[in-house]
Amino acid sequence: MTTTTALTQEALFDQPPDRPARRPRRLPPGRLTMQVLLYVLLILLAIIYIFPFLVQVATSFKTDNEATTDAVSLIPATVSFAAYERLFTRSDFPLWFANSAVVTVLVTLGRVFFVSLAGYALARLRFRGRGFVFAMVVGVMAVPSVVLLIPKFLVLNQLGIYDSYAGMVIPLLVDAAGVFIMKNFFESIPPSVEEQARIDGAGTFRIFWSIVLPMARPAVVTIVILSFQGSWNELSHFIVSTQSPELTTLTKGVASLASGQLSQGNQYPLKLAAAAIMTIPVAVMFFIFQKRIMNTTEGAVKE
Amino acid sequence: MATAAPASHRSRSSGGIRRGEGAAGWLFTLPIVVILGLFLFIPVLMALWVSFSDWSGRGSPLSSTVSFIGLDNYAAITTGGGLAERNFGIALRNNAWYVLLVVPLQTALSLFLAVLVNRAVLRGRGFFRTAFYFPSVTSSVAITVLWLFLFSTTGVINEVLSWIGIAGPNWFNDPRGIVHIALGAGGEPGPAALTSGQFLGVTWWDWLAGPSVAMTAFILMAVFTTSGTFMLLFLAALQNIGAELSEAAMMDGANAWQRFWLITLPQLRPTLFTVLTLGLIGCWQVFDQIYTGTQGAPGKTTITPAYLSYTSAFTDQQWGIGAAISFILFLIIIVFTVFQRWALRERAVSMRRRRPYEQAVAAAAAARGKEAP
Repeated sequence: MTTTTALTQEALFDQPPDRPARRPRRLPPGRLTMQVLLYVLLILLAIIYIFPFLVQVATSFKTDNEATTDAVSLIPATVSFAAYERLFTRSDFPLWFANSAVVTVLVTLGRVFFVSLAGYALARLRFRGRGFVFAMVVGVMAVPSVVLLIPKFLVLNQLGIYDSYAGMVIPLLVDAAGVFIMKNFFESIPPSVEEQARIDGAGTFRIFWSIVLPMARPAVVTIVILSFQGSWNELSHFIVSTQSPELTTLTKGVASLASGQLSQGNQYPLKLAAAAIMTIPVAVMFFIFQKRIMNTTEGAVKE
Repeated sequence: MATAAPASHRSRSSGGIRRGEGAAGWLFTLPIVVILGLFLFIPVLMALWVSFSDWSGRGSPLSSTVSFIGLDNYAAITTGGGLAERNFGIALRNNAWYVLLVVPLQTALSLFLAVLVNRAVLRGRGFFRTAFYFPSVTSSVAITVLWLFLFSTTGVINEVLSWIGIAGPNWFNDPRGIVHIALGAGGEPGPAALTSGQFLGVTWWDWLAGPSVAMTAFILMAVFTTSGTFMLLFLAALQNIGAELSEAAMMDGANAWQRFWLITLPQLRPTLFTVLTLGLIGCWQVFDQIYTGTQGAPGKTTITPAYLSYTSAFTDQQWGIGAAISFILFLIIIVFTVFQRWALRERAVSMRRRRPYEQAVAAAAAARGKEAP
């Protein structure tokens, strides 16, 4: 289907179908109306998508009473910091935040290292059993995570790392999609550079660490984003791998806040403040690497 | 899966320079293999055993006191006639409606957003892309907390509805199915023809209830949080499609609607299938939202198989039942994935589809000829 398209285009046009050169031209009145309508529609949709988050931030500064009586207003009648004060001084929220941060940093660092190692081996090194390892990684992608809740708990228990940082971090260190991304990227790097280093007598790990990995920065950034988001937003794995309050992460803590002890229909400022703070790190990450996320093809092409 | 291609032997002729590569290969992939083995393969095998055993959660499931009970756990949730079967039926009913509504809605909306953003010729493309994608970055827990507030009785949604004279429902506390509401059957039992027969402990009348009002709020949430991600997939595909065909069709006098249906959409088919499959697989795994938001309330109408599997095991200590539910869910997801593989297979374009396409190509060639100096 797609190949036929490409073929006909190649055959028809003497040059590859790039973006045609923009000729400055005035839009006819009908087209102009269409453009205006298009923008009106886009702005309306954007408001629908952004408004919930604005209300969320506004409500976190309202009093409990105002949050129930006047939910829509974006400017609190009386600005109150009670929710934040309570979160940071009279709750476990800072501890949850710290736990989430520790786990996220460990998982991200470990995942980048292991996933790029394996991706390099599968892309470049020839060893007996490579097919088996690859099949294993493919098989993993087929298993949905919710199916693993009970079994993961059983194994963590057997290994004696239930309710510990090890049990929280280690199972999250490997991500099949990441292995694929790295493998594809390494395959796109011409092997001549490595051949040169090999002739100069560099060992395999040395080649990987000081030559290939620095070249793979775009793919590494992609993995960092994916694992940061993934582990920061993870809930189900922490539910089945921990039980003690000292190891509660943000997701688990805020979920208990939403459903458990304080769910009497009010307390909205407190809950929304917690949810808002929880969103900040991923939002910051998102805005820093926005270009990389938005151009999904960029990770596949060497810069 | 083919690995040892003959080509690999040629590169080996470079003598001892590739010495030690086998060992390095194993060393490099060892961490992955160990972690996947420990936390994926062994767990799945262990859970499979638990689903066929009478393990009660005490001690190790591999100890000698635990015995093999065959398909009893599976029978209990599919033909048992008890509470376990009824709960499983309800969970399947809830999730099936969820899938039925979320998948088409999120696909249509993300495609719509992608086409709109793609057509924006002035500026602001980046802003709109960011605005639509942002909900996808936030965690399911944070979004659920926000949703509980937006859809509360006195929340933003009901207030906005009241501006246009609609008295909004008590969203997360309303167990009525929306199909029943539409039929005007607010709570009274349905017609005898539909209430007498049943499947998985749920009467036909209840199967047809539609998602409850509470589940509908979750459905809207799923559409809100996933449309941005899928929009990006569609946008990438749209940008790879040259504008020539569309322009040629425009020359031929095709209106925007025809251009979209006959020119753009057929070219988006691979992406469309990807989005549908990812959507289907994701929609069968609803857990975080339920755990955070409603815990299956009101009236069990937001229980999903994933959540039921978790509560059966961790709350009710019926580990065998919980594991059995998760394997049935696994099967459901595999069936959908295989179906997608089958649907995605290479197929020739049908004649009916090809005609307008070929006309467009011919027109493009003609238009190209006119433009040539």
